[in-house]
Amino acid sequence: MRYSGFRVIKEALTGHKGWTPAWRDPEPKNEYDIVVVGGGGHGLATAYYLAKEFGHARIAVLEKGWIGGGNVGRNTTIIRSNYLLDGNEPFYEFSLKLWEGLEQDFNFNAMVSQRGILNLVHTDAQRDAARRRGNAMILNGSDAELLDTAGVRALYPFLNFSNARFPIKGGLLHRRGGTVRHDAVAWGYARGADQRGVDIIQNCEVTGFRIENGKILGVETSRGYIGAKKVGVAVAGSSSRVMEKAGMRLPIESHVLQAFVSEGLKPMIPGVITFGAGHFYCSQSDKGGLVFGGDIDMYNTYAQRGNLPVVEDVIESGVALIPALGRVRLLRGWGGVMDMSMDGSPFIDRTQVEGLYFNGGWCYGGFKATPASGWCFAHLLSTDRPHEVATAFRLDRFRSGRMIDEKGVGAQPNLH
Amino acid sequence: MIIDHPLLGPRDAQEFVYLGDATLIDRPDWQAENAAEAFHDYLYLRDNPAGEHRELWYHEQGDRSWLVVTRNTLTHEITSVELARDVARARGRGR
Repeated sequence: MRYSGFRVIKEALTGHKGWTPAWRDPEPKNEYDIVVVGGGGHGLATAYYLAKEFGHARIAVLEKGWIGGGNVGRNTTIIRSNYLLDGNEPFYEFSLKLWEGLEQDFNFNAMVSQRGILNLVHTDAQRDAARRRGNAMILNGSDAELLDTAGVRALYPFLNFSNARFPIKGGLLHRRGGTVRHDAVAWGYARGADQRGVDIIQNCEVTGFRIENGKILGVETSRGYIGAKKVGVAVAGSSSRVMEKAGMRLPIESHVLQAFVSEGLKPMIPGVITFGAGHFYCSQSDKGGLVFGGDIDMYNTYAQRGNLPVVEDVIESGVALIPALGRVRLLRGWGGVMDMSMDGSPFIDRTQVEGLYFNGGWCYGGFKATPASGWCFAHLLSTDRPHEVATAFRLDRFRSGRMIDEKGVGAQPNLH
Repeated sequence: MIIDHPLLGPRDAQEFVYLGDATLIDRPDWQAENAAEAFHDYLYLRDNPAGEHRELWYHEQGDRSWLVVTRNTLTHEITSVELARDVARARGRGR
């Protein structure tokens, strides 16, 4: 079924009796050409592009719980292409271009809203860094504008410009950045993949890999053995736990990132604002809630909840930047488990097992990468070669000294 | 989280800085044949278990001691806190 304005009107007039489920609930078959482990945004996007762009059939997505129940439903919905390093920026620019055409492509309203992202600067050094980053972005086909204080004031007059310690001196504005309805991304990809014959199998946990002579044969699951010529794992948050079953140790630690949403307010923040003097970023959802977050909790954890000191830290930063936040009531907060990699950058690579591929290590930047991650992982699974914008995301880059350390803090995952 | 410091008693985890897996105590021998390989694994690879995890915490806002904390990464329950100095000596490190 194709969704359209006409269809909505027709169904409204006929009692909404014509809607069909957006995807099937098939029984797993005994064997597939390609099995994607993980029914989150990245896994579903991978299956979608494998079927649509690379012409594969006999694909399954295996999900432990329900699709979209992990980090694709637990993020702050921001999309952007404002990275500095050559290994990263072409990839994120490719991703943003895919976001721009995504809704037409998969015929689902994901509410992609390019409302602009403003990274504030508070010192001369930060302005220099912002100028350099902006130039790197422009060189890679993205967009960037350096604003002075008056430029920021015109956009967001309610910020605390005269903070004695951190006065706002300007900002780097990335107009094509914005937000997306996160759940709809998982649903849109799932529906698009299902329409192209992909079996989306929920409540199916992968419990092991069957490997013989260094070659993958299939996966053991809670619903029986499933044979596969190729297996792609995209389970960020649980990467170490799943890849351990294939005998791998990863350059990843799991950490929890908390996020918060306030009660619904009248329109107040038109875009996305990030504080340059503390870790805090904020946008306003279409329902009116202020969506914001900050630092990870800093210690290894698989619990999808954090502790109070970080809540206090995030809200202190928020109130320092936007004093009006002090009057806003918090509606809820939540936590998601992140694959924090050793250099803050992800992996899309083969493994030492033939036919087993790995996608993970997204730190807390995985949501914006969803379309490009799916496309590039599909490219790797299909052709055995990395996509040209994802050649740097190798698992062995620490051995070869080719780290992509966007923040320049070294092998300390909780600092990225 | 409350960390029960062996010398100071229960202290808020906010006073501490987290480093990571306690295997970081076991720095490889830099003169060994396989030193490059061993240092790669030591620096970059982690077990990252779901469950019991032994990890290094530094009491920065307190007595500046390093602790080995055994904590469950699924529940955040802390079951044991030792001075890293004692752990390292028991493993034959240091003088």
